Amino acid sequence: MTSEMHGALARADLQRLLDALSAKGYQIVGPTVREGSVVWETISSVSELPIGWRDQQEPGRYRLEQTGAQEIFGVVHGPQSLKPFVFAPREPLLQITRSKEGFTTSPTLPQPEKVAVIGARACDLAGLAIQDRIFLNETYRDPYYATRRDGLFVVAVNCTRSLQTCFCASMETGPRAKCGYDLALTEVDDRLLVEAGSEAGRDILSGFSLPPASEDLAGEATRRIESCAENQVRRLDRSRLPHALYEAHEHPRWDEVAGRCLACTNCTMVCPTCFCHTVEETPDLSHQHTAHARLWGSCFTQEHGYINGKNIRPTIKDRYRMWLTHKLASWIDQFSTSGCVGCGRCITWCPVGIDLTEELSALLTPGVQPPIDLQHKIGT
Amino acid sequence: MVNPYVIHPATIVEKIREAEDITTYRLQLVDEEARRRFRFKAGQFNMVYLFGIGEVAISIVSDPDEPERLDHTIRAVGRTTKAIADLQPGETLGIRGPFGEGWPLEEAKGRNVVIVTGGLGCAPVVGAIEFIFKRRNQYGAVKILHGVKTPHDLLYRERFDAWRGFPDTEVLLTSDQPDKTWRYHVGVVTELFEQVSMDPEKSMVLMCGPEIMMRLGAPILMRRGIPATAMYVSLERHMECGIGLCGHCQMGPYFLCKDGPVMRYDRVEQWLGRTGV
Repeated sequence: MTSEMHGALARADLQRLLDALSAKGYQIVGPTVREGSVVWETISSVSELPIGWRDQQEPGRYRLEQTGAQEIFGVVHGPQSLKPFVFAPREPLLQITRSKEGFTTSPTLPQPEKVAVIGARACDLAGLAIQDRIFLNETYRDPYYATRRDGLFVVAVNCTRSLQTCFCASMETGPRAKCGYDLALTEVDDRLLVEAGSEAGRDILSGFSLPPASEDLAGEATRRIESCAENQVRRLDRSRLPHALYEAHEHPRWDEVAGRCLACTNCTMVCPTCFCHTVEETPDLSHQHTAHARLWGSCFTQEHGYINGKNIRPTIKDRYRMWLTHKLASWIDQFSTSGCVGCGRCITWCPVGIDLTEELSALLTPGVQPPIDLQHKIGT
Repeated sequence: MVNPYVIHPATIVEKIREAEDITTYRLQLVDEEARRRFRFKAGQFNMVYLFGIGEVAISIVSDPDEPERLDHTIRAVGRTTKAIADLQPGETLGIRGPFGEGWPLEEAKGRNVVIVTGGLGCAPVVGAIEFIFKRRNQYGAVKILHGVKTPHDLLYRERFDAWRGFPDTEVLLTSDQPDKTWRYHVGVVTELFEQVSMDPEKSMVLMCGPEIMMRLGAPILMRRGIPATAMYVSLERHMECGIGLCGHCQMGPYFLCKDGPVMRYDRVEQWLGRTGV
């Protein structure tokens, strides 16, 4: 039971929670406004959080607006999920040095760090759970990921406002954080409902003598979360996946979407679950030492499908189909879960506003679709 | 915690020239403990590493019963493999592995084995052939059907000659762009199917070569009555990690580095014919 320990905290007292986490040795990371978006930064004060800001997200569009309110968690999310904290964008793997025997390799595991992330959303937690399945499964436990994961403390925030691009309700991943958090907050006007979801979370809360949350507060929090779910305008129909998408391999819609996709890789970079990476070797000038690192990769690059002199996926059509089919279909066969959590980031951060919910729905509709410019003409 | 990224140095004991741009590198792990513990199955692969350059996935072609020497046949075609081609015996490469699923040689015992290969694609199956001939009486009839584009592409020429000498064994070669010296069949490898008898109930097929060869060849064999579940193919994709993480080697729902590279045909049948998969 995740809410066996809960309490009410005055919004003005959130700093106490940050201080308690600091006192336990956590580096605190929260969303901060930077260059028109929010990004994770190390913070020490609640005042650094995007108080009074709200994000508006649409296909290919992200805007922050200042509302003048005291709302702390009005911004739903920025381009980053929890992925960079555990699956580092650039992870040094080995330091290799020439020696008498040829060379010696030393693993370069990250320094264990205690990091408390404030403001992760239910979709981010769902993404983290999927990454855990990939990097920490029965047959393989990635030591680099595991080191970072072990030090992570997550303070989730339940969503009470949906973006135009959100569809977590249809993916059953949100808007309420179900599991995987240490603490979960729900902001209800000037109060925060605080729930513990782990031993570490209970440990932090036990140091507070929080008054138990009133039924009124808990009820209002639930009402707002439910209303957030009901207000979602996008949804993804998973009922016929994975097979219907496999069967749509020759659907004309792939050609049509390939005409819009720029293969820029943005969707894979902002996705909370995409895990493809490349391994890079960087020797120093003396050629005595070399660093072996893995970097986030993308199935939208030329290199991804390269194989001795030919490319398995030479066209953007091939690569978009690879990405969407993997994300929504083959992921299910591989990891017994969809690769999509419904966060909508790939929709927002796509420079041309490609919406995977719309693409899926077109792909699962048999027959030839009119080209999109024609659809617009019909519509006007 | 075992770190699967750690690379073990291996000395090049011998370089065997197979063709102009193709060489077999006989490697021996430097560390005695690592050498003693290394075990592999025919059809599995290693990530072969060159200091300062990087890694490539290369199948192990030598006998699994002699794991202290590891043969890798490499065509100098990309950045890493071209740099490896400059190395001489005594110099060092690195090895991570072995990875993947190999050939089903235990299940094949007591059965006839039909081996269909094309070009350099025969490399991953060479270890399996050697394995079978070392235990000749445990297997039924063996038929090796090998196709090359030009006679120049025929690797392991001496081995094919040696295999021909085993009892109850047929070795058929074909070239679709032969020269005057070519004494064997002219055409593509699937044409050789008509020249051999196959007992569909007793045969197991191992195929390795260009994807189109397997895609076109397997249905012909199925029409001869061989079930899809008795055919195995070794598939190739870009691989950077060997442990199903980097994402490059996907074919439909499979990661060929860990679910393959050897796959039972019925599992991949629907993916083989698809573009961009």
